[in-house]
Amino acid sequence: MRELDFLGATMLQLLGGVPLTVGLTAGSVAVGAVLALLLALLRANSRPGAALVSAYVFVFRGTPLLLQIFFIYYGAGQFAFVRASVLWPFLREPWCCALLALALNDAAYASEILRGGFAAVPKGAVEAGRAVGMTRLLLLRRVVLPLAIRQALPAYGNELIAMVKSTSLASLVTLMEVTGIAYAIISETYRAIEVFLCAGAIYLVLNFALTRAVAVLEAKLGPAGT
Amino acid sequence: MTRGRGFFPIIRSWSIAAVAALAVLAGPAAVPALAKDYSHIVIATEGAYPPYNMHAPDGKLIGFEIDLGNNLCARMHITCTWIAQDWDSMIPALNAGKFDAIMDGMSVTPQRLKVIDFSIPYTQSPTTFLVLKSSPLAKMPDTGKRVSLDDDAAMKAAIAAITPALKGKTVGVQVATIQYNLLHTYLRNVVTIRTYKTTEEHDLDLASDRIDAAIASTSYFVSTLNKPGGNQFVEVGPLFTGGLLGKGTGVGIRKSDPELVAMFNQAIEAAKKDGTIRALSLKWFKTDISPPN
Repeated sequence: MRELDFLGATMLQLLGGVPLTVGLTAGSVAVGAVLALLLALLRANSRPGAALVSAYVFVFRGTPLLLQIFFIYYGAGQFAFVRASVLWPFLREPWCCALLALALNDAAYASEILRGGFAAVPKGAVEAGRAVGMTRLLLLRRVVLPLAIRQALPAYGNELIAMVKSTSLASLVTLMEVTGIAYAIISETYRAIEVFLCAGAIYLVLNFALTRAVAVLEAKLGPAGT
Repeated sequence: MTRGRGFFPIIRSWSIAAVAALAVLAGPAAVPALAKDYSHIVIATEGAYPPYNMHAPDGKLIGFEIDLGNNLCARMHITCTWIAQDWDSMIPALNAGKFDAIMDGMSVTPQRLKVIDFSIPYTQSPTTFLVLKSSPLAKMPDTGKRVSLDDDAAMKAAIAAITPALKGKTVGVQVATIQYNLLHTYLRNVVTIRTYKTTEEHDLDLASDRIDAAIASTSYFVSTLNKPGGNQFVEVGPLFTGGLLGKGTGVGIRKSDPELVAMFNQAIEAAKKDGTIRALSLKWFKTDISPPN
């Protein structure tokens, strides 16, 4: 019975970190999505833009998120000119730094996913749009984006799940989300397996809800009758 | 992908998962009975807690504990191998049999004694605060005054003296340390506590003014103050010892290895008597933090 009490108490403590985990995920995914759309459009519409975006994607996809968080939080704070700049009140906060790193990282992955979505839009659909006299913006809004997003959704769902798990790195910069709290409990009780089991269960539930939401969205956006 | 941190290797079937869950519910896993041969042991350290232990530029482990540990091993006529290991999983890994001893500035505390055994202490150094010289906290009262946590009245007076200065400030501390316990026990309603994976990280945040003070043992702050940029810091506040801060740092050893504890005790006693610990302490800390005889 004492074991169950311990698991219960651990679970309660870990649940205290859920708002931070969810908040970090939601915030970084929202900022990341806007950035990703801009990056994908830049890549599709100009040659120098494409080179710039592929360099960005190369760097952020090719280095560990752990290092990115570390550089943004501890790295930036090393320079006096950064500390004197208008950005410092923002970069001073661990929450903002973690959000920035997660969002930049998410944008790199999501822009690649969107690129795939754009590539999958049938040429005929675009030509049909042009034929009826749609402007570029209207064509983008009414034809290209809806089709591209629909194509990209399954892969983007994967990315969302990865983002939930990526927030576990925020404890590196003193944020006590679920994994951070788990580490703190372990260092007090030295019972790593039980605590990580509880933490794992929380991530599983969060991601279950997320996959269901994406599946519902997929069904809604799909062509009628499928 | 190399992004998130996975928690578990893939569990292949539900039956294995169920057995694992049952094993967890049944209590701490029993350490497999190994043949007790101590002619060769593995000692774990962090490699990130200078000058106790650190990585040299060429990647080798160096420091006070490496020198002392090798000296103790020579006295015990055994061979020792060092490995670097994360601080926060140090004790579970010891109990899981990944290595045989911990030498990582780990203080002997009642809480840790529930889970592992310790040798007699090989260092004892007080805990204090570190702040920027330019900070208003640089004038914290009771600086340099020794306060024992075992003396209730003195402790109450000391906390009352520093509370006005610390009110509403943010203090950085390494997670799962005796210093964290001190903050949590005596000052949790006064300061905001921010926890770090390593002590070096709270030094970085102190330098960049993200936190108002850091708390750690004076033996650690010696290394901070001697690093480039160390002259911007100053140690302030009382020198805390005793109570939940423990009896000093000892070698952490599994409870199933009392013979190894006895071997270390004898070697540490001898190293204390012939002045080895004192000499090594002066070499690495520039001050004597060897435990009293």
